[in-house]
Amino acid sequence: MMKTVIIDYGSGNLHSAHKAFERAAHEAGIKAKIIVSNKPDDVEKADRIVLPGVGAFKDCRNGLMAVEGLREALQTQVIVHGKPFLGICVGMQLMATRGVEHEVTPGLGWIAGDVVAVRPADPSLKIPHMGWNTIHPHGQHALLDGILTGDDGLHAYFVHSYHMQPTLQEDVIATTDYAGDVTAMVGYDNIVGTQFHPEKSQALGLALIANFLRWRP
Amino acid sequence: MLKMRLIPCLDVKDGRVVKGVNFVDLRDAGDPVECARAYDAAGADELCFLDITATHENRGTMFDVVKRTAEQCFMPLTVGGGVRKLDDIRNLLLAGADKVSINSAAVSDRQFVKQAATKFGSQCIVVAIDAKETSPGKFEIFTHGGRKETGIDAVDFAREVASLGAGEILLTSMDRDGTGKGFNIPLTRAIADAVSIPVIASGGVGTLDHLVEGIRDGHATAVLAASIFHFGTFKIGEAKAYMQAQGIPMRSVVA
Repeated sequence: MMKTVIIDYGSGNLHSAHKAFERAAHEAGIKAKIIVSNKPDDVEKADRIVLPGVGAFKDCRNGLMAVEGLREALQTQVIVHGKPFLGICVGMQLMATRGVEHEVTPGLGWIAGDVVAVRPADPSLKIPHMGWNTIHPHGQHALLDGILTGDDGLHAYFVHSYHMQPTLQEDVIATTDYAGDVTAMVGYDNIVGTQFHPEKSQALGLALIANFLRWRP
Repeated sequence: MLKMRLIPCLDVKDGRVVKGVNFVDLRDAGDPVECARAYDAAGADELCFLDITATHENRGTMFDVVKRTAEQCFMPLTVGGGVRKLDDIRNLLLAGADKVSINSAAVSDRQFVKQAATKFGSQCIVVAIDAKETSPGKFEIFTHGGRKETGIDAVDFAREVASLGAGEILLTSMDRDGTGKGFNIPLTRAIADAVSIPVIASGGVGTLDHLVEGIRDGHATAVLAASIFHFGTFKIGEAKAYMQAQGIPMRSVVA
């Protein structure tokens, strides 16, 4: 049976993420074993890898690096072996070259670009960008298959003050509008990241997770 | 476009919903998990649990409620009530809450807000402010369910907690709470305009127009209500459709 690991490196509670993946698999009729683990060994044995993350960029990075062998296992399995990878929220941001929240912190360097503050053109708009927003794909992507997007589409749940600005526009899979473009999804080849929380995004989220579990990049 | 949020709130005491929830087809209207599922299905944008547990010993039941809810509702969940220590926040987050709301503890110790935001991230720290209009244009913080005045200016306090790292403010118009007369709009607007973080308006909702006013006139980006939903006066979908029709951008209810 296909195995998916949700990496637990101390950034928040993964119980609901775990349940959301199980529910998505069940509803889509996908036979998948979902585990939550921080063991490099589990990352090596998994077919698919999910990196969540909430809070500050630097705290998440430090949490990830603090687990012996985890960064190396990720690098090998995702970049060398090309296993399907999904980063969520700060887990997505960590793929960038660096984060510039409070101070400059290096990321995993999988996607060229910086994680910078969201600055809406309308200064009266609130930060964090918090709540339900529509997403606007820049092209086709397997994770968005069958999901109604655009102004009249389904909504995704966001809560963040920073977002990734990839150097290469083609690494941007989707944006959301908050008086200007905010990066909603990034990726290439076998890696993808969502700034929003699919595990909190009801219909859109469960559909996207099911697509990830079926994804053969 | 970012949509405004409609948030039903459930008062939970010793693991049971206190006020009646008037949903059809609920096997157990007193079970917070069952109510949460019903609100989830109805299209609520987030859920809020307020733990008004009578005794310290019964607090543990809330963790179980939160855990079971998070297993079944894939939407944001805020839990508040009796949060005084970093461990209280940690335990609620570990149980599955997405955000934790701090009330009295933030008033008695502002640094608690900073510690909490530093430790767990601003995205999960909500500061609940209970305020009354003490004289025209003058708003003061009250604690202990609105019984105890503090002499603290609500607008100054809101600015301060925002600068200390609060990610959101849950503002209750104490002079309106339970009256059904609508939010205190001058209070809501004063706070919402003073801070750059999102403000949830709460307290006093009796009609669907009140929900519209909280956003349109009070400049809140979310509205919270309890009674009008619990007692079945209005349905979530109906409220959202009405707000949308009045020009408030809302997420349509997904079947």
